[in-house]
Amino acid sequence: MKQYFSEIYTGGKSLVEGLGVTLTALFQPLVTVQYPREEIDITPNYRGHIDLVLDPEKNTFLCISCGMCEKSCPSDCIKVQGKKMEGEKKKTLALFELDFTKCSLCGTCVEVCPKDALEFSQEYNLAAFSREAFHFDILKRLEERRT
Amino acid sequence: METISMLPPELIRMVIAVIIIISFLFINAIMMGYLERKIAGHVQRRPGPMEVGFHGILQLIVDGVKLLAKELLIPFNVDRTLFRVAPLLSFTPVILPLLVIPFSEKLQARDLNLGLIFIVSMGSVNVMSLLVAGWGSNNKYSMFGAMRAVAQSIAYEIPILLSMLAVVLMCNTFSLKEIVGAQEKIWFVCLQPVAFLIYVIAGLAETNRAPFDLPEAESELTAGFHTEYSGMGFSLFFIGEYTNMFIVASVATVLFLGGWHGPHLPYGEYLGIVWFFLKVYFLLFLMIMVRWTYPRVRFDQLLNFAWKYLVPFSLVNILITAVLIKL
Amino acid sequence: MLESDFQERNRFFLNMGPQHPSTHGVLLIVLEMSGEYVLDPQPVLGFIHRMHEKMAESRPCQSFMPNTARMDYVCALPYNHGYVSLIERKAGIEVPRRAEYIRVITSELNRIASHLLWLGAYLLDLGAFTPILYGFDDREHILDILEDITGSRLTYCYYRFGGVSRDIDDKFVDATRAFIKRLRKRFVIYEKLVTKNIIFIKRAENIGIVSPDMAIRYGITGPNLRGSGIAYDVRKNEPYSVYPEFDFEIPVGEQGDCLDRYMVRVREMEQSLRIIEQALDRLPEGPVRGKVPKNIKLSPGDCNFAVEAARGELSYYLVGDGTGVPYRLKIRVPSYSNLSCLPELGRGILLPDLVSILGSFDLVIPEMDR
Repeated sequence: MKQYFSEIYTGGKSLVEGLGVTLTALFQPLVTVQYPREEIDITPNYRGHIDLVLDPEKNTFLCISCGMCEKSCPSDCIKVQGKKMEGEKKKTLALFELDFTKCSLCGTCVEVCPKDALEFSQEYNLAAFSREAFHFDILKRLEERRT
Repeated sequence: METISMLPPELIRMVIAVIIIISFLFINAIMMGYLERKIAGHVQRRPGPMEVGFHGILQLIVDGVKLLAKELLIPFNVDRTLFRVAPLLSFTPVILPLLVIPFSEKLQARDLNLGLIFIVSMGSVNVMSLLVAGWGSNNKYSMFGAMRAVAQSIAYEIPILLSMLAVVLMCNTFSLKEIVGAQEKIWFVCLQPVAFLIYVIAGLAETNRAPFDLPEAESELTAGFHTEYSGMGFSLFFIGEYTNMFIVASVATVLFLGGWHGPHLPYGEYLGIVWFFLKVYFLLFLMIMVRWTYPRVRFDQLLNFAWKYLVPFSLVNILITAVLIKL
Repeated sequence: MLESDFQERNRFFLNMGPQHPSTHGVLLIVLEMSGEYVLDPQPVLGFIHRMHEKMAESRPCQSFMPNTARMDYVCALPYNHGYVSLIERKAGIEVPRRAEYIRVITSELNRIASHLLWLGAYLLDLGAFTPILYGFDDREHILDILEDITGSRLTYCYYRFGGVSRDIDDKFVDATRAFIKRLRKRFVIYEKLVTKNIIFIKRAENIGIVSPDMAIRYGITGPNLRGSGIAYDVRKNEPYSVYPEFDFEIPVGEQGDCLDRYMVRVREMEQSLRIIEQALDRLPEGPVRGKVPKNIKLSPGDCNFAVEAARGELSYYLVGDGTGVPYRLKIRVPSYSNLSCLPELGRGILLPDLVSILGSFDLVIPEMDR
């Protein structure tokens, strides 16, 4: 009998306390952001898809088309091709394609590159209508960024 | 008791009252829907609807248009008549109680002698629509929801009646107008706090609102008895539920919180409606807050609560009231 | 006789189908029911089998790193940890102390994030719609802290053989300390809103009692086992990494019902905060990557490594054959054994109780199906 009443008392008190928590939360400031209208800054260490690094002095890429990134990628999504130009001893980069639909953002290619020629971009809101839009031509993106 | 006259002035007044009430229902559903979503958002520290109109005011109107435009799906093996009739059955019995509620001293569609009993009987008819919807959907989940709803409604009618009886014992009448009139000096909530609490809890259970919302338990039964409804059918259930909540809150206001009594206003006989609505919406605000705070009660615990806790307390309450009145 | 007769005639099958709000992932449970009582629940798995173990057999062992995070995406860093420690043990690679400390800090942060998500999801199943959003608010801070050093928010590929891929800086340390202070205050809110709430206690007390004998028979590990009274935690019983240097307790329940499992997880969050504090205080200086041979060859033979994931004991078993490609990689996931006791546990219970039990087991289906 005593348990009946004590249960009613503790139960009722817990319910009122719970209601107090939500009432205080009702008047506290919001924690969300209206996404398309306002945006938050993301950290510079965010892993978007990879991009070639633009060397500021020589105004070109640092890649020597050794193909280490292509060999070490777990998902086989990088394609690198070098072409031997006339009058030069080494190959220059002619084609650098990334199939982003398969990339898992593991970072192996960035670490394994001997010249540190790859970096992560900060693109996080990508959307397209077809799969082909995500087959990025990284060399063309570098050409567009060149001053 | 003289018979009521249905001569043209009285008839016109009734017709106008009914039209105003039905349009008020839809406006109320829209307002309450918006209020619920905004309060739910702010309790969860997010803004709620913000896109359509200023801070989302037009959201519910746009939702109504969307629901009207949807295809009315009828699943394969259902009983067609029952399936179509169920939303109408849930919408009709909630209009009638609004005809007897006194919104203000001179604003009442019809003052029946047995107003309170009429309201309670309409509440019982409400459960039939749930059963028809659950059975007619030809879906095991819907049937679950419907059966739970029936047991729940039957169990919680008794505490409602008993708590109302406490007030009736004090006033000696069933007519709502006179009950409000008797609260001029002091509201009944001060004299009968236990009955007020029991009435609000049992009223929440009658309208299938959380924490008693097992018939439409979303995480267990994927929407319960209205799983198979789309478009206008769904929105009729939805409007019916909000109107039911409004009726429960207004009956609680009339019986316990003093109806349209309040600090003095000019044209007091008509503007008493302002105090009435303030009190009703305060109770609705409490109901909405309760929904977004507590988890759901299990089914047998629900019935346990009704039979072992609410009914004894309300019986003892009536006993004490009767004894005190006799003295 | 009359009642069993009635039960016989009224049996029906209900699919708690692959798409259901309460089975956390794509899990099909075929329920044989009679009225509201469940007579025999039978789980059916395999809807999200993605052949991770086969992928490990066809590529060099470095390439498996992204897969480890995708198995259990809610608590991915312990999975990373188990795999890199396995290869380090097999190939004899040394890990510097600073890297071990960073691994412990990030794993514990991830464990807290996983438990916060579990709490919200469990209460969502029970019908309370707000604690999940409060949990996600707290979790957002953890995800921001981890995003700053790892670069990802959910599927981390941060650990490497021999250490971690990126060092932590002062910003991380300050943010983590501020977060610890904040979370301790938020625990009060959860206590008031959930733990003491009588409706929640009634839904979780004396429900789904797992006796210690049943737990051992089915191989249940993690907070589910500790809720039944057995104090077994891989971090204390088979210590790995630098866990022996920290001072923390193992919370244990008494009865084995849903409420005990809930309390064990809530107290584990507090213990994880203690570990993180001690690790931040004693963080040593030094490099974060050890020496790793260019081509890792896995010597013939087998090797095993077990870690404590958020859900239980996670262990990797590797059989090498002399090349860089594993011959066989077997992953023992905790959710598989945790779910296996459901047919015996769920006999004769009500349907809402089944939902409560499933929620308190903290299952993640993609890790079960790998």
